[in-house]
Amino acid sequence: MNDKRFHKRSIFLLAYILFALLPIYWMVNMSFKTNNEILSSFSFFPQHFTWANYHRIFTDPSWYSGYINSLIYVGINTVISLTVALPAAYAFSRYSFLGDKHVFFWLLTNRMTPPAVFLLPFFQLYSSVGLMDTHLGVALAHLLFNVPLAVWILEGFMSGIPREIDETAYIDGYSFPRFFITIFLPLIKAGVGVAAFFCFMFSWVELLLARTLTSVNAKPIVATMTRTVSASGMDWATLAAAGVLTIVPGAIVIWFVRHYIAKGFAMGRV
Amino acid sequence: MNKPINQKAWFLVLPVLICVAFSAIVPLMTVVNYSVQDIISPERRVFVGTEWFASVMRDSELHEALLRQMGFSLAVLAVEIPLGIALALSMPAAGWKASATLVIVALSLLIPWNVVGTIWQIYGRADIGLMGFLIQKMGIEYSYTGNATHAWITVLVMDVWHWTPLVALLCYAGLRSIPDAYYQAARIDGASRFAVFRYIQLPKMRGVLMIAVLLRFMDSFMIYTEPFVLTGGGPGNATTFLSQFLTQKAVGQFDLGPAAAFSLIYFLIILLLCFVLYNWMQRVGTQEPEVEK
Repeated sequence: MNDKRFHKRSIFLLAYILFALLPIYWMVNMSFKTNNEILSSFSFFPQHFTWANYHRIFTDPSWYSGYINSLIYVGINTVISLTVALPAAYAFSRYSFLGDKHVFFWLLTNRMTPPAVFLLPFFQLYSSVGLMDTHLGVALAHLLFNVPLAVWILEGFMSGIPREIDETAYIDGYSFPRFFITIFLPLIKAGVGVAAFFCFMFSWVELLLARTLTSVNAKPIVATMTRTVSASGMDWATLAAAGVLTIVPGAIVIWFVRHYIAKGFAMGRV
Repeated sequence: MNKPINQKAWFLVLPVLICVAFSAIVPLMTVVNYSVQDIISPERRVFVGTEWFASVMRDSELHEALLRQMGFSLAVLAVEIPLGIALALSMPAAGWKASATLVIVALSLLIPWNVVGTIWQIYGRADIGLMGFLIQKMGIEYSYTGNATHAWITVLVMDVWHWTPLVALLCYAGLRSIPDAYYQAARIDGASRFAVFRYIQLPKMRGVLMIAVLLRFMDSFMIYTEPFVLTGGGPGNATTFLSQFLTQKAVGQFDLGPAAAFSLIYFLIILLLCFVLYNWMQRVGTQEPEVEK
């Protein structure tokens, strides 16, 4: 009985993994072809295998600096998001105070603005405070949608932790910062891992704001990629190679936070 | 629901407020400002009151786009939420297999949205793309550029491929934070697999599930880049969702005033629907444990 169920689950999981990987496989496949080969014939493997697309990205500063710029502002953004969201999420999950529910919901409403018309005011605001084309500028702009997300995710996990744990710690003489860092954080590791990954991910793939707020010095990779669409047609092969490379940093991030996500509460000290 | 009242907790929330308000308030107020003016040139502006709002509300094309959008977002939720939960339940809990599946499942989230659309553009083509090729082999005359139904389903499948991992990762992390003691107690009671899911796992996932539903709802309601790149909104208007309709208005016709009014109405629709969804989910979650007792 148990074996059979295990079997069914594995088949479902394998089917999903296949569904998830096939488009990615096709992107990898395309990245080793020439544009001509992509458009002229169907083949499961590149017939004329080439590294030229990757070579172009790694040797052209306007391409690879895009990755560096993105990594810098995404890193700044993730660190700030988590730093400010952790105490706030704790406050929302543990105390009631004037306007708490309204503020909590208001935070999330900041993710609901359709960007098209908001880009112009953003441009004006960030120009007027001198943050245009800086990494900090993009990182700050992305806080708008990442901080609410981090607060909501962390609050969800914190509310799952019984309040007795806090009370016991205070009775034992722990100060708030010491309790928070040494006892509480390990308990919500899974939430911190997920929140960190999502902040990284949403900031990494965001295109419209990042493109509006940068021109040269902080131009992100997602904006560089739009170059592959030109009057002479699409540069499919380079775009595919760049796409493969954009997955890499995020995959590394999830690799590092995987233990936090996978183990969660069960391994924490209570 | 009996949290101690502590007004000093505001100090913990303050940094968040400063960070978010910096980028939130000025742009929003600027858009409100646009929405009540006729901007003929940067120097010549005329106050028009609620005229833009009225004309946007009467726009029958907008009503169609809104209906299409609702249908799409509901389909997204109906597929991605159960699929994400099922996926989270079937992912291994520990070991190298857990690490490997976590990374594989997360991959599709990390691809920039314009690349997602571009890859699916090739992937779905019957002559040079894997998916189109396979569907054609099954004997279906498949074309996402020519057939409205195919285009709609392709956009939905692309969204499912792209975003189900978000639901799955949230639920997976939620599942992992259930203490083993709960499962042990259930085993002693001889609870069935379904009972464990229904009375232990689902209630414990409530928080993350609520975030997943709201996120997927609002993000799918604002979907723009992927269908724009994949189908360009066509064939006809079949995949022109609300956001693309707005962009056509704002950029294509360069009417800042009506576009701003449209944005605000759009924003209020999402806000209202999310608010309803949020309150409904909160009630559903808090009533049940009392019934069980």
